[in-house]
Amino acid sequence: MKSNTQLLAQVTEFIGYEADLLDHKGYQEWLSLWTDSGLYIVPADLNETDYLNTLNLALDDADMRRMRVARLENGESVSALSVGNTVRMMSRVRVLEAGEDVVIARCAMTLNELRHGKLVTYPANVEYTLKPTADGFKLEQKVVKLLHADGFLRTVSFIF
Amino acid sequence: MSELIEMQNISLKAAEMVEEGRVHKDLYSNPEIFEEELDKVFNNTWVFVGHESEVPEAGSFKTAYIGRQPVILSRDRKMNLHVLQNRCRHRGATVCEARKGKTKAFTCPYHGWGYGLDGSLRALPKPEEYDGVFDKKDMPLESLRVETYQGMVFATFNDDIEPLEDFLGAAKKWIDLFMKQGGGYPVKVLGEHRFNFPGNWKIQLENTTDAYHFPIVHKSFVTSLDEATADIFDFLDGEGFVEDLGNGHSVMVMIPQLVDLEEDLDQPIPERFAALAQALRDEGKSEDEVKKLVRAAHGTGFNLNLFPNVSCSMAFFRVLRPVSVGETEIQHVALGGEGAPDAFNRKRMRLHEHFQGPMGFGTPDDGEAWERVQKGSMAGTDGWILVNRGMNNLHDSKDGNPAGAVCSETGMRGAYRQYKKMMAAAGAAETAEEK
Repeated sequence: MKSNTQLLAQVTEFIGYEADLLDHKGYQEWLSLWTDSGLYIVPADLNETDYLNTLNLALDDADMRRMRVARLENGESVSALSVGNTVRMMSRVRVLEAGEDVVIARCAMTLNELRHGKLVTYPANVEYTLKPTADGFKLEQKVVKLLHADGFLRTVSFIF
Repeated sequence: MSELIEMQNISLKAAEMVEEGRVHKDLYSNPEIFEEELDKVFNNTWVFVGHESEVPEAGSFKTAYIGRQPVILSRDRKMNLHVLQNRCRHRGATVCEARKGKTKAFTCPYHGWGYGLDGSLRALPKPEEYDGVFDKKDMPLESLRVETYQGMVFATFNDDIEPLEDFLGAAKKWIDLFMKQGGGYPVKVLGEHRFNFPGNWKIQLENTTDAYHFPIVHKSFVTSLDEATADIFDFLDGEGFVEDLGNGHSVMVMIPQLVDLEEDLDQPIPERFAALAQALRDEGKSEDEVKKLVRAAHGTGFNLNLFPNVSCSMAFFRVLRPVSVGETEIQHVALGGEGAPDAFNRKRMRLHEHFQGPMGFGTPDDGEAWERVQKGSMAGTDGWILVNRGMNNLHDSKDGNPAGAVCSETGMRGAYRQYKKMMAAAGAAETAEEK
């Protein structure tokens, strides 16, 4: 593929922006990054791509994203109150498909969570399907493929 | 004084740490007791290892654990089920590391010994060096006793134990009711969530018969529901109950109107199932079928706790595995209908994702509470966990079993009674020595 440094820079900026919002719990702004039909997916089975017909760790449409954020913000969830902070590193960004209507990109993520004084690390491949709009990109799909998706995970009270 | 109490605790046997109404906190944190539990409980009774739909065809297999012991559940060419110790008879390597799959044989990676799906030793490289040393037919993968009920597969290391159906006893009626949630189709495993928590396995065992925690721990889940559904989950003042079914089993009925999913089929379709109903109509399902499937999609209104490691919990199997005294692995196994409409199974999976698993709206809050129990168990030298709630208010159930209010700890007391009985008895190892 012909190198397109301008697009790569735009995609990288967007990925960094989204990651920064999530680490700093800017959840309402994060919700506004999505298209109405967008899906936030954390698969349990890395061999499956038919996410709707497969059991996932999370498969959030707009309603579920709104409820997930409400759960993290409304103070009713004891586990959400126990999460200290997360710091995620996004790197190895690559544009896989550069169309007029859709841009598909993939990157590596290492998310570190501090919980009850213990560090937990989540390495993952993250795939973004982005819609270019006049206001920049919107998220049409985000798939977080945790390296240990089919292992025994710790419970998660943040957003990947 | 505290030293004196500490000395007493060391000499206190596990069985003596269980009283009717309270259990000693050391049962969560003493590594010696944990070892004793593996021997006397997990290696000595019927343990759930999977559902038949997970090994649907000849050659299908899945790996599982009984306590710390790795086993393989397999289906041979004659469709018989086997549970085999995952250990080569030669030098002891595991012969299968895949979580599930289909195969013709299990081959040890170390020296290439090959075993059939029934565990028989079929072939090994350069066999002539064993001529006159042993006969192949005497060296199969060691197999466990296996029995099934309603597709649930149980295995045991104890050859002398009662038949599975006798062990399940009064729980069988509730398993029958639980299996109605296929909506007219056989219940099938759709997938599973896996997570662990830093705490003792009995904390999880107690939790699926603990309705008292629901409105507190799961407030954020209830808030995320529509009003009608939130009303259904407001069950502590309802007509529900907990019934002690014997042998450590119990049932906790939270939503009495969802006990029998094949009754009350004339109920209007709730709003949160409107889209599912329409999708089923669009597939050409009759209104009767739509109502039956929608009602089944709810899951049942009860948790059936089967001692020691599985719960038929409303709409899924909760399977626990003790890893160490302070670590437990849990599987939340999602269920649907074999051959049921895709829209039905999709809805079942979305509902499962909503509450269950490491990213659900329920499990992380449970996990937080359990972790706190484990931490709290280290406080002080002498302390007891209360399981006496509702002891003052028991009645006989319709089936003649002791029952208490929905938020009573009747089920926990039943489980601990069985635990005490097993821990007081000679362990599997001791029994073998006597023989």
